[in-house]
Amino acid sequence: MRAFDYVSPTSTRQAANLLSSTWGNTEILAGGTDLLALMKEDVVTPKRLVNIKEIADLRGVKSDSSGLRIGSLTTLAEVAEDAGVREKYPAFAEAVREAASPQIRNMATVGGNLCQRPRCWYFRNGLGLLPKDESGKELVEEGDNRYHAILGNDGPARFVSPSTIVPVLIAYGAKVRLEGPKGKRELPLEKFYVIPKTDRDREHDLLPNEIVTEVVIPAANGWKVAHYEIRQKAAFDWPLAVAAVALKMDGSSVQAARVVLGHVAPTPWPSPQAEAALKGQPANEDSAKKAADAALANAKPLSQNAYKVQLARVAVKRAILKAAGGAA
Amino acid sequence: MPDYQWPDPAHRTLIGKRTPRVDSPEKVSGQARYTYDVKRPGMLYGKMVRSPYAHCKIVSIDTSAAEKMPGVKAIEIVQKPGATIPWAGDEVVGVAAIDEATAEDAARAIQVKYQKLPHLVSDAEPPAGAAENQGPLSLDDLGDMLQNQVPERQIVALIQEYGISFKPTEEDIKEAKDEGVPDSVIEAARNATVHPEAANKTKSNYIKAATQSQGDVDKAFAEADAASEGFYGAPVIVHCCMEAHGSTSEWTDPDHLFVHMSTQNVSGIAGQMAEPLKLPAANIRVHQDHVGGGFGSKFSPDRWGIVTAQLSKKADGKPVRMMLERDSELEVAGARPSAYARVKVGAKKDGTLVAWQSHSWGTGGPGGGGMPPIPYCFSIPNQHKEHTAIRNNIGPARAWRAPNHPQACVLTMSALDDLAAKLNMDPYEFFLKNLELTRLSKIYRDEFPIAAEMMGWKEKWHPRGQNISGNIARGVGLSLHTWGGRGHASDCDLSIHPDGSVDIKMGTQDIGTGTRTCIAVVAADALGLQATDIKLYIGDTLYPPSGGSGGSTTPGGVSSSTRRAVVDARDALFAKVAPALNVQPDDLEARDGSVRVKSDPSRSLSWKEACSKIGATPITSHGHNDQAAAKNKPDLTNSGVGGVQMAEVAVDTETGIVKVTKMVAVQDCGLVIDPKMAESSVLGALVMGISYSLFEEKIMDPTTGRMLNADMEFYRLAGLNDIPELKVHMMTGPGYDERGVIGLGEPPVISSGAAISNAVANAIGVRVGVIPLTPAKVLAALNQTQKAGA
Amino acid sequence: MHDDESVLKTPEEPMEERSGVSRRDFLKISTIAAAVPVVSGPKMVLAAGEQVPVRGPGKVPMTFNVNGKAYKASLEPRVTLLDALRDSLDITGAKRVCDKAECGACTVLLDDKPVYACSMLAIEGQGKKITTVEALMENGKLHPIQQAFVDNDASQCGFCTPGFVVACKAMLDKHPDPTPDDLLHELSGNICRCGTYAGIRGAIAQAARKGA
Ligand SMILES: Cc1cc2nc3c(=O)[nH]c(=O)nc-3n(C[C@H](O)[C@H](O)[C@H](O)COP(=O)(O)OP(=O)(O)OC[C@H]3O[C@@H](n4cnc5c(N)ncnc54)[C@H](O)[C@@H]3O)c2cc1C
Ligand code: FES
Ligand code: FES
Repeated sequence: MRAFDYVSPTSTRQAANLLSSTWGNTEILAGGTDLLALMKEDVVTPKRLVNIKEIADLRGVKSDSSGLRIGSLTTLAEVAEDAGVREKYPAFAEAVREAASPQIRNMATVGGNLCQRPRCWYFRNGLGLLPKDESGKELVEEGDNRYHAILGNDGPARFVSPSTIVPVLIAYGAKVRLEGPKGKRELPLEKFYVIPKTDRDREHDLLPNEIVTEVVIPAANGWKVAHYEIRQKAAFDWPLAVAAVALKMDGSSVQAARVVLGHVAPTPWPSPQAEAALKGQPANEDSAKKAADAALANAKPLSQNAYKVQLARVAVKRAILKAAGGAA
Repeated sequence: MPDYQWPDPAHRTLIGKRTPRVDSPEKVSGQARYTYDVKRPGMLYGKMVRSPYAHCKIVSIDTSAAEKMPGVKAIEIVQKPGATIPWAGDEVVGVAAIDEATAEDAARAIQVKYQKLPHLVSDAEPPAGAAENQGPLSLDDLGDMLQNQVPERQIVALIQEYGISFKPTEEDIKEAKDEGVPDSVIEAARNATVHPEAANKTKSNYIKAATQSQGDVDKAFAEADAASEGFYGAPVIVHCCMEAHGSTSEWTDPDHLFVHMSTQNVSGIAGQMAEPLKLPAANIRVHQDHVGGGFGSKFSPDRWGIVTAQLSKKADGKPVRMMLERDSELEVAGARPSAYARVKVGAKKDGTLVAWQSHSWGTGGPGGGGMPPIPYCFSIPNQHKEHTAIRNNIGPARAWRAPNHPQACVLTMSALDDLAAKLNMDPYEFFLKNLELTRLSKIYRDEFPIAAEMMGWKEKWHPRGQNISGNIARGVGLSLHTWGGRGHASDCDLSIHPDGSVDIKMGTQDIGTGTRTCIAVVAADALGLQATDIKLYIGDTLYPPSGGSGGSTTPGGVSSSTRRAVVDARDALFAKVAPALNVQPDDLEARDGSVRVKSDPSRSLSWKEACSKIGATPITSHGHNDQAAAKNKPDLTNSGVGGVQMAEVAVDTETGIVKVTKMVAVQDCGLVIDPKMAESSVLGALVMGISYSLFEEKIMDPTTGRMLNADMEFYRLAGLNDIPELKVHMMTGPGYDERGVIGLGEPPVISSGAAISNAVANAIGVRVGVIPLTPAKVLAALNQTQKAGA
Repeated sequence: MHDDESVLKTPEEPMEERSGVSRRDFLKISTIAAAVPVVSGPKMVLAAGEQVPVRGPGKVPMTFNVNGKAYKASLEPRVTLLDALRDSLDITGAKRVCDKAECGACTVLLDDKPVYACSMLAIEGQGKKITTVEALMENGKLHPIQQAFVDNDASQCGFCTPGFVVACKAMLDKHPDPTPDDLLHELSGNICRCGTYAGIRGAIAQAARKGA
């Protein structure tokens, strides 16, 4: 790790002030489970770390009229154990409990989880987020892309968005709140993720001196939500595909649906096609299969990841059936 | 003549009983000191500049900026400009500084310019006609072959056929001997035709490494009732020892080096460091208390170990610690060669195997590697085999638990299982039918029914693909294996002190296999004491040498030398004690903490009282296990074990995810010193087996030539929750005990891949030929049958 | 403009330097990776109207509470808690294996919760209660989970063992009678290469019965 200086502001405004307005100079340190690895690998080389853990306002789970508000410094373990989360947003609690390992969940924060960087092995090996060799050859396309994107992968970005808790948050209709030099703003969570077009872009709609302060999940009244992951190992393994589904039922047929895929594209991947396919249908094996086919209809596998299309389909199908069978 | 033979069951007090591992308390309490934990006064921290390119030439090295950095104490150029780098991660410059961060900054400040050369990191099937004849062998070729564990016979045959491209000097020969190069290879090189002109020829990436025939294959296939053809393989995997390779070196004076090293080979390190450091081996002391895994990858000081000592020298002898980073550990510190084969195998209607034909290939890095021993275990009467070695830039190969056997086992047992399916035979019956083709048929015959009983094979086996409910397919598979495991050369010094304390000094090491416990049990058993009563001093070149812990040679070696030493010491003690009890020494026995008269146990002295008769100077004895003698006339240690494994799996046919739901191992290892340790070894091997069958693969990037998963995230290792019920049965009693002690580290890791692959084929009805059995491969296999069926 | 200056520039309120360190000097210290380690009182920087201390990049005095004892050390902010424990305090039970949150060998308790010491900075460990495997023994007697590891032969080479012991203790504190589901979720963060999992399962079963 390269040397850096270290500041621990006590307010979000202070923190925003201590951050540089260009990427590369400073980084926000939350749980550090991702950032320190990136710094050890020399992928991220900040000259200053702004430790935000002394900002008390960013901690804890509150609930008010806008729904559930989760401070960005709340750890994954705190979320997984929060009675309110478990009761009202069980699919989210389940996704959090399945993420990473107990040690990581004790350290990692919700804000850090939303802002974590891709696990693409070219990126982590220091070959760039949009990796190319000296001759301009695209490393992912030409190389080993077994874990890369099958959707949204026409551009130079072919990594997959890493968080396994974001798809289900999007399915719940979550919003993210940010605070920066220009004040506060709120975005639907799916809008927070962008596909970088150049090496200067990042994969989040985040300014270098902006801080994620809160995630807000609206009340899940009447929605049945499920999260499904396909992982090779039983635990502590990055999934090969994730699907989150929220269904609003009208009797036995689907009145409205949200279908969000994870680990298939450079961003979390909402699928309006699958949502349309479900609308007005009963939620059963047949409709789930059709919705899954619709979700993956536009998939364009790379040279080595065609199998992921099948896995993503299965994840969507199973998440739909799980949602239909389960509670909110 | 003292009676060194292992005691019969009636006279064993600890041998064969479940003695707890003697060093467990240290390990569970965090007190066990590993090389990584050693901190010497004034210690500096070493780092290595490594090549980012898989194949390149060093153009220039500029260390000036690093030299000027405060806190930087030494810089050592490892490979000079002009040197050719054969793999990414190869060592270029070493630095030592006052702390790790400074060393890292310094390494970053060193500017190295490289000229890239074309590389190959693939081990895909060689293009037709690409393979060239071997041609005369260079010194590097020989070194690579030895690294790749190419069998001695194969190397000798190649030398005789093609000659060599260099003239071996007496110095080369001496060095080769020191490094343990087999005599037959040295002899062959001495007598070989020398073709100096071949030294400059650039070599192909593809080398015809072997062509072997026996019997009449064409005729045998023509007469066979059934033949099955398939493609099978196992990729390059790595050791990923939890404790990285590395050492701490310090010059205690200008002529003496003190080394703490993470190694499987304490007694063998000094000899390997002597030449490069131009220092008599006797002046190098090597020490190690505990080692965090080796699995075959830690026999040599390695280049980084030499550089560490050189950095220390430059830093006025100050201790320098250099442990590998995790990524380097996976890139350069150990890999198991790959092996792939197109196999055709034929049998009679009743299952009798008659013919084998294989085209195999694989890589062990720049050395290519040799043909794995196929067909494995079964000597099928008619065979034709061709092997192509791929020389590429993936990094070096090293012995990985049971070198070449797991790969050979996958290639062979998968092919045989496919043939059984073709014959509509239960593989259990099919393998049983052919046991006469193996060297250990009696052992396998004992083991098969035990394994079947433990697995519930009769109830669980069904023809392929016929136990699918919903999207879950279940199946069982089996495999068998063999290994040598004769004890290595070992020397043991044992003392019985007048105060009753007993100590043993031996330059061996405990790599987690229970070596300490094994020595203590053997000694305590003969003295009527508890294992914890024996004070052990191991892991130091100050103690008598004992072989490296590889090839399952340690239990046989250390137990034999200890047995000889303890019997001599005990007899000497009896001679001192006999007068006090008014009997002849032969009338005495040591039991339950006393020395007593055999015929009248009431006449006894407590152990302490007995030892007080020793006089002022302790009784000392020396035991030696002579490897060559043990080979000619096995007495305390022996060779040649057999084992059978069965696996049960559940496969999700929609996702291709394989879960092992049960595994059974039945294993022989001659006389079992401590069944508790033995079972742990087998259980651990099953875990490793499941891990390499489902998850492990060294993944290389074709464009950059770098390893992409040099971490513990995408180099997946099985976790606790991936491991199902495991059952182990050790063969003991008549037919086993009297063979003497045989090692156990390698054999139980061999069959797992084949057994699990066979279980998956049984479950889903189609073969996934190449491990690891990932969702991508399982789904591809399933899709193919669907297409074929449609 | 020098690229590095943007470190200190925000569009809203440019920062000011105090405590006698001129702005340019500060820039040097904060941007030279290989700066000479210096031990001094913290510099201050004005942010949103308040003084915020800047620590590093040189050595910073730190205090730790490890296993009930107070320790002092002078370390750069970039030193991880694991390296501080092992290399500066000579508490070596926690091991460095992957060094990036993938294996669990470095597991310690931070305010009684298991964390990876490799993936947090030492400077963040100040003011917290840090417990390593060394502290589990009481009066020379093994903790029940440690004894259970011995009885079930749950260590081979033993390099993963300290991390596993700490993780198991934390898991059992939370789930005294763990179900397979608890193991799946609460004991998934540790890897053993020797394959001692069967022994570890046995040890957990034994310690759970005894109420470790
Ligand atoms: C082996 C392994 C397995 C894992 N498995 C999973 C998994 O299954 N599912 C999953 O979802 N995740 C997984 N993770 C990732 C893990 O969840 C993240 O590392 C973690 O959530 C990051 O949180 P943190 O607080 O530690 O962030 P940090 O490491 O502190 O920060 C991560 C990034 O976010 C930025 N950041 C942090 N907080 C904020 C904020 N409030 N505002 C703006 N930017 C911010 C940082 O600057 C940095 O760029 C795994 C990680 C590892 C190492
Ligand atoms: S060393 Fe910290 S998790 Fe591996
Ligand atoms: S005991 Fe060796 S790694 Fe676990």
